[in-house]
Amino acid sequence: MNDTRHAIEVNDLTVAYHSKPVLWDVDIDVPEGVLMAIVGPNGAGKSTLIKAILGLIPKASGDVKIYGKSYTQARHLVGYVPQRGSVDWDFPTSVLDVVMMGLYYQLGWVRRPGRREREMAMEALEHVGIADLAHRQISQLSGGQQQRTFLARALVQDAQIYFMDEPFAAVDAITEKAIVALLQELRSRQKTVIVVHHDLQTVEEYFDWVTLLNVEVTASGATKEVFTEDNLRRTYGGRINTLTRIAG
Amino acid sequence: MTKNHTMLSALLVPMVTIIPLSAVLFDVEFDYNLRMVLLGASILGLVTGVLGSFAVLRRQSLLGDTLSHAALPGVVIAFMLMGRELGWLLIGAGIAGWLGTVLMNMIIRTTRIKQDAALGIVLAVFFGTGMALLSYSQGHEDASRAGLDKFIFGQAAAIVERDVLMVSGVAIVVLLIIGLFWKEFKLLTFDSEFASTNGFPVWFLDLFLSTLIVVSIVLGLQLAGVILMVGMLIAPGVAARQWTNNLSSMVILSGLFGAAAGASGAVFSAAAEGLPTGPLIIVAASLIVIVSLLFAPERGLIWRWWNQRQDQQQFLSESLLADIYRLAEKHGSTTYLVPHGMLTHLHGRAARKVLRELAAHRLLEKQATGWRLTAQGVIQAEKVERNRQLWKLYRLYRDEFEAPPVVENFQQDIREVLPREVVTRLERLLA
Repeated sequence: MNDTRHAIEVNDLTVAYHSKPVLWDVDIDVPEGVLMAIVGPNGAGKSTLIKAILGLIPKASGDVKIYGKSYTQARHLVGYVPQRGSVDWDFPTSVLDVVMMGLYYQLGWVRRPGRREREMAMEALEHVGIADLAHRQISQLSGGQQQRTFLARALVQDAQIYFMDEPFAAVDAITEKAIVALLQELRSRQKTVIVVHHDLQTVEEYFDWVTLLNVEVTASGATKEVFTEDNLRRTYGGRINTLTRIAG
Repeated sequence: MTKNHTMLSALLVPMVTIIPLSAVLFDVEFDYNLRMVLLGASILGLVTGVLGSFAVLRRQSLLGDTLSHAALPGVVIAFMLMGRELGWLLIGAGIAGWLGTVLMNMIIRTTRIKQDAALGIVLAVFFGTGMALLSYSQGHEDASRAGLDKFIFGQAAAIVERDVLMVSGVAIVVLLIIGLFWKEFKLLTFDSEFASTNGFPVWFLDLFLSTLIVVSIVLGLQLAGVILMVGMLIAPGVAARQWTNNLSSMVILSGLFGAAAGASGAVFSAAAEGLPTGPLIIVAASLIVIVSLLFAPERGLIWRWWNQRQDQQQFLSESLLADIYRLAEKHGSTTYLVPHGMLTHLHGRAARKVLRELAAHRLLEKQATGWRLTAQGVIQAEKVERNRQLWKLYRLYRDEFEAPPVVENFQQDIREVLPREVVTRLERLLA
């Protein structure tokens, strides 16, 4: 792996809530151009890990490098797809407006989005297959359409690395397929994608890289090598009984 | 949209005409003083309305309530130290409100007490202290003459020209800032985490917007009073949200509602001796809220109730047709006579009206003992039944056919929602 450029390096990352560790001494290197799943049981700190990498949660110790730079220096290379439930979908705005929010920072302070931004947002909406919903009020969207809206907002950022928090949670089968196709397309363009994922059955099919997490990292590497029954048992402990069928 | 506009003008017209109306009906005299009060109250209402819509969307109503209550001791202490000078009183209110917020954040961060309890603690401690200080200072003659107690329920009559100038100045600055940082405030309100990962200094924007909200609360105190200030902040935003799905329209509308509530409160408190302005403003604002909650298209209660009723009737009418059709089919003749009692037994009393409606549309024929399908009714029943079958098949096969996800709705013709090739495949399955 030494000759591969690392898109992300996480060193000795620890995050604590009061005095309880939520992430303990996490070390991960993610090579450029992989689709990586972060899997682990509930409360394993999967979302916390990407939020800590993105600087949304204070670190107790450790550091994160994006292409060798600190997050603050490299954030223009990063796109973020938060959990759907993290915002109020009754907010008075349209789908197109939400997607244009992905361009606000590039626009700079005070400047308003104009025709160019509108066109870029429409393009992203076509990319995720909901261009016909551009002017719809966001409270009228289904779960899958909300997810596609968030994906489009990340796509307009034209980032090198994408972080997605549970993009497959409670979406319909068609949307899941569409998202998988989008992920593969991103990989073919040498983008790196980090996905918090909870469906062990699809890990091998969707992702070529995986990090198994339960407060500590139990394994991280190519799916073929580290997504083994043994590693799963070390991640999920006693709960593995229900999972052996899947991993075997 | 047009229905929306008609309803909205029905609401806005009385608000605009309230001033001439009040002059005629209640003998309100618009002398120089009242004009000042009116101007001050409308401008204050406008500013709090605009900022209040952000407070509503950011779910900060309780914070606003705590802040305004917490301002009271600041007002009293400022008076004791500096005398009755509006500027100082407001600075005192601002400092006390700010201290209250800091204290609340400290409680949340260092203990396991949740936000609602922390707000309650801060509100009680500050307001209690304020009331104690107030009754102590009332013992001194100059304090009771200064009318500090007016800060509890508000007194617009105290507004003089100098106050109006100050309030207008602040209003212009606040509106300019909102206009300039519109997209930043919008993103902050909708998704602050996303804003933060993009590189916006969220803590600063947050502080900035919160400060503006505090400023509007402090300014509004002498008008609405510490107890009811939160109503003036929140009510216009809540009402405005009912009428529009667009942030800028909501903010503008909220400002207009706020101005109207402020103006009418001021006018009516001037109409009679001893009427406090705050409660009157809140009554006006509440009226706007009630009308909006009830009558706004799409979100209004009445509109939703009516829609639901229409849906039920439609369902009932389709089930009745289908039932009669199936029974007739079972008896080998599409014109089989179904006994009236049987249908009302199955579908309840509501069925009578729907049956009559179906007859009026010439889908059913009433006979002495029951109902039978007309030729047209048979066609309609077959159409409804077929549509239902297609929807059922869609539910079962949509993944296999990679059909687009649409909301299942028996009352909608499936051919209107799904692409033609999917419908064709479903129809083939049916045959």
